[in-house]
Order: sequence, then structure tokens, then C-alpha cells
Amino acid sequence: MAIRQLSVFVENKKGTLHEITDVLAKSGIDLRSMSIADTSDYGIVRIIASDPERAKEILNAAGHAANVRSVTAFAVPDQPGGLAKVLSILEENGIDIEYMYALVTKTVGKAYAVMRTNDEDKAEKLLNDNGIELLDEAHI
Amino acid sequence: MPVEEIKKIQSEKLVKQVKHAYEDVPYYRDLMDKKGVKPEDIHGIEDLHKLPFLEKSDLREGYPYAMLGKPLEDCVRIQSTSGTTGKRVIAYYTQHDIDLWEDCCARALVAAGADREDVVQVSYGYGLFTGGPGLNGGSHKVGCLTLPMSSGNTERQLQFMTDLKATVICCTPSYAAYLGESLKEMGYTPDTIPLKAGIFGAEAWTEENRRELEKNLGIKAYDIYGLTEISGPGVSFECEEQGGMHINEDHFLAEIINPETGEPLPEGEKGELVFTCLDKEAFPVIRYRTRDICVLSRKPCSCGRTFIRMAKPMGRSDDMLIIRGVNVFPSQIEAVLIKEGCSLNYQIKISRVNNSDTFDVYVELPPEQFDDSVKNLSAKEKSLQAALRSMLGIGPAVHLVPPKTIARSEGKAVRIIDERKLYD
Repeated sequence: MAIRQLSVFVENKKGTLHEITDVLAKSGIDLRSMSIADTSDYGIVRIIASDPERAKEILNAAGHAANVRSVTAFAVPDQPGGLAKVLSILEENGIDIEYMYALVTKTVGKAYAVMRTNDEDKAEKLLNDNGIELLDEAHI
Repeated sequence: MPVEEIKKIQSEKLVKQVKHAYEDVPYYRDLMDKKGVKPEDIHGIEDLHKLPFLEKSDLREGYPYAMLGKPLEDCVRIQSTSGTTGKRVIAYYTQHDIDLWEDCCARALVAAGADREDVVQVSYGYGLFTGGPGLNGGSHKVGCLTLPMSSGNTERQLQFMTDLKATVICCTPSYAAYLGESLKEMGYTPDTIPLKAGIFGAEAWTEENRRELEKNLGIKAYDIYGLTEISGPGVSFECEEQGGMHINEDHFLAEIINPETGEPLPEGEKGELVFTCLDKEAFPVIRYRTRDICVLSRKPCSCGRTFIRMAKPMGRSDDMLIIRGVNVFPSQIEAVLIKEGCSLNYQIKISRVNNSDTFDVYVELPPEQFDDSVKNLSAKEKSLQAALRSMLGIGPAVHLVPPKTIARSEGKAVRIIDERKLYD
């Protein structure tokens, strides 16, 4: 059920984010969601895009280090405690979360999120067994 | 040629050369007089140690003509070092000097497998820099079809290489790596690149660099050594054994000395390389201190050449960085980067904050090694730092950076930025 995420390694300097989004825009790539992790030296831009493989080729050709990896996307009820329930399931079962961010939600009453864990298969099985709705690319 | 015979020739030439320098070069006569040595005291190479050294500063002070050994009307060429500070060192050549230099370069090409059927692309700079003119002349002597490309204009370099099927390329190893990257982007594979050999010099490179270049370009990579003060490239060259560079001993007499005391060291010991030009007319440099730290070996070579071999210099003493009191050679850093599977697109930055040196190493991360977790990238930086610390005895801050963000030059890579201003 995993979805594909595009990630780009960029210098932490003025203009790089614009450059990347501009390259993708010119190729007609639609950006659904984005999250940025930054250190003083570099940034990692994580993007859920309409065609991640093509986006990766385009960015690599433009001289950027871009990769595609799978991440777990899921939906929780849009109410207090919705996310906490997911996190407690993962914690109890020894799953580490590398990062997590919210996705743009298309269904009223639900909140979407995406995460990378240290054990994707196990995490997805746990969520599934506990009745948490997993999302595929058709949902987003 | 048996070693004894080489030494006999060297002795005969040395006696003549010292007489020539004493009689025709007042600057060197003064040095000899100050040391109390006369040409009559030199009977052969066993007396070499009695002669005074020449330093780069001597050649600089002597600018332009203090070392001139022949009337200017007998000279046909000037070349110069790439010095960026102060006065340049210039070298002068008679036609005889040019011929012997080009012969040395021709030997290097032949040792790399070149013959009349080869197309030699010379991508060293042409002009005052000796790289281009030296290999160009050597290539003519061998009878190769010579492409005098000079450096830069990568697009044209690649077009000529592929259209005209260059089989041998002569350039700096960093430029060769750059050409390799560009060929890969154009869709060439090591099998479809026409080159079979590369002769690389004019900057420090490692065995690891060699393996990368050989793999990426589908060639055998040969080292070549030289310096303008002695003639130019071709003072020594590698054969197919790739086990050190044969010195053209019939023209250049090599010694290894203790750089602190100036005492000659026995064969096999590490020290500073010193050269004496045995038969150059216009620029008869004697006991020139190269500042290259090196080892010589008389071990027989499988290629059959009996010329003594020098190891790849283990760093120039002016390439050596002293960081927080620790001696650091860029080649050591390169060895670690290769061992850790990193790219050699790196930059060392040294600065001084609150009277303490800062030491940063920036390394480009190849796209295939990029992991989108900060934790994993930080872990990689830390492991590199630990590996560098164990090699150098001092741990730099390591920064992984995106590809192609470290400034590249088409000639020599600018790999060291030292902001400390240690000297006036």
C-alpha cells in the first residue's frame, strides 16, 4: 500500500527551493505535498508528486541529487487523539519513525499523514491490523 | 643499459655540466665559491653532495636571466611556472634542450603504449605552462597524430575525442575525471570511449584516483612527473608495470635528501627529491630542491628499463597543511574518501577562529548515495569524520553537500581553501 515519495538533497541557500519547484513546474509535475528538513548545511525536500519517477529523472538531469523511496501513508479521524493512537501502536511494537508530515486531505473528517519508519512492512501490517486506513497513490 | 654504465655516463656529464655552470652562470659560480667548491673537485656523481643546492627562491631572485647558461641568441624558447605569487620562475631552452625534453616526453608516450598509429589528444594547457608543449613535442617525435587541444572548452574536447577517435589523452587527472563524467552524461560507456591510455600529471593524484579513471574511461592510466625548473613533464614516467616512475637518468640525476639537514639519504629512504640537469645548456640547474617528498628504488622492473624509479610524491612540502600543529596531506584525505566510498569532489577549508584552527571537509554526495533521512546523513558524516581522525590524527567537521556544488575548474581542482593567512 506504500506510496512513492520524491526527495531532493539541496544546499541550504537562497533560491534552491524555487529552482527545484520551477524545474518541476516546467515539466508539468504536480506537487501534492511537501516537507523540508534542514540543517545548517543542507536541506532535504520531500515531495509527494504526480509522477515521482519522471520528476526524479528531470531533477537528476538538472544536476540535483534526487531519489524516490516508498513511505507509508495513512488516514486517521480528524479529531483529538487520532494521530496519538497510531503513534502508540507503533511505539508499543518497537517501530521507530524517521520522519512524518501531514498530507493535504481530500476527505472531510479525515487527516492524512505520511511517514518513514525503520520497518515499513511491519508498520503497515500493524496499522492494518488495528483498523487504521492505509492510503495508496490513488487516494492522494 | 646496465646501471654501472648509466652511472658512468652520469659522472662524465656531471663533470662537464658543473664546469659549464661555473664558467657560464655567475649566479651559480657565486654559490659554489661561497661553499668553497671548484669544478676540479667534482670527479663524478660521488662528489655531487659537495655542490650547493638551488632553491626555488634562487630561481625567483634570479629572474629573469641569472641562470642563463648560453647567450640569448642561442636560446629558442621560454617557459614558466604557474606561480601565482611574487615573481615567476622562467626557464630558457636552446634547441638542444627542447629536443632532449621532447625525447623524454616521447619515452613517456611509448611507455604508455603509443606508436605511429595513435591519435594523441593533448589537453594540458599550451603556452608558458610546460604541459602542453612538452607532450605535444613528444607526440610528434613518436609520430602520433597529435591533437593540440590545450585545456578548457570541454564540449570541443569531447567532440574531437569521439569524432577523431583519440586513443591517448594527456591532461591533469582532475580534468580527466571531469571529461569522464561528461562522457557518461552523453551516454558513453568505458567500452565505447575510444581512449586506451591516459598520461596524467601536473597535480597530485592517488592510486584510488587511478582505479576510478581506468574504470570510468576504459583506459590504462599512467603517471608522469616533471617540473619547469628541470625541463617540464617527462622528467620521469610510468611504464606498464605502474610501479613508480622511471627517471630519465641520462639527463636528470636524482637524489633524496633529508629536508631538514640537506644530507643525502641512502636509496629507499623517504626524503626530499633533488634533481641535477646533466646536459641542459641554457638552464643548467644543479641540485634543485623540488620540495617533493619521495622515495627512489633501483629494484628491477618487469618492463626491462633499468632507469631508477621514483614513487609518486607523497606530498609536496608546500602542499602539506599544518592544522592545529598536525601535518595533513590532501592525499591522505583522498585515500579515506575512496575507502569510504565517497566521491573525490571535495574541498578542504581551514580557517582560524579565536586563535584556533578550524578544519572543515566538504564532500559531494553522489545521487545514488543520498538517503532522505537527516539521521542517516549525519551518521555518514560522523563515520567519515572518525575515519579521517584515525588517518590524520585530527578530526575535521565533515559536511556532505549536493552534487556539483563544489566549484570545479577545468584545469586544476581547487581543493584547499586556507583562510588563515599564516604568512605575510
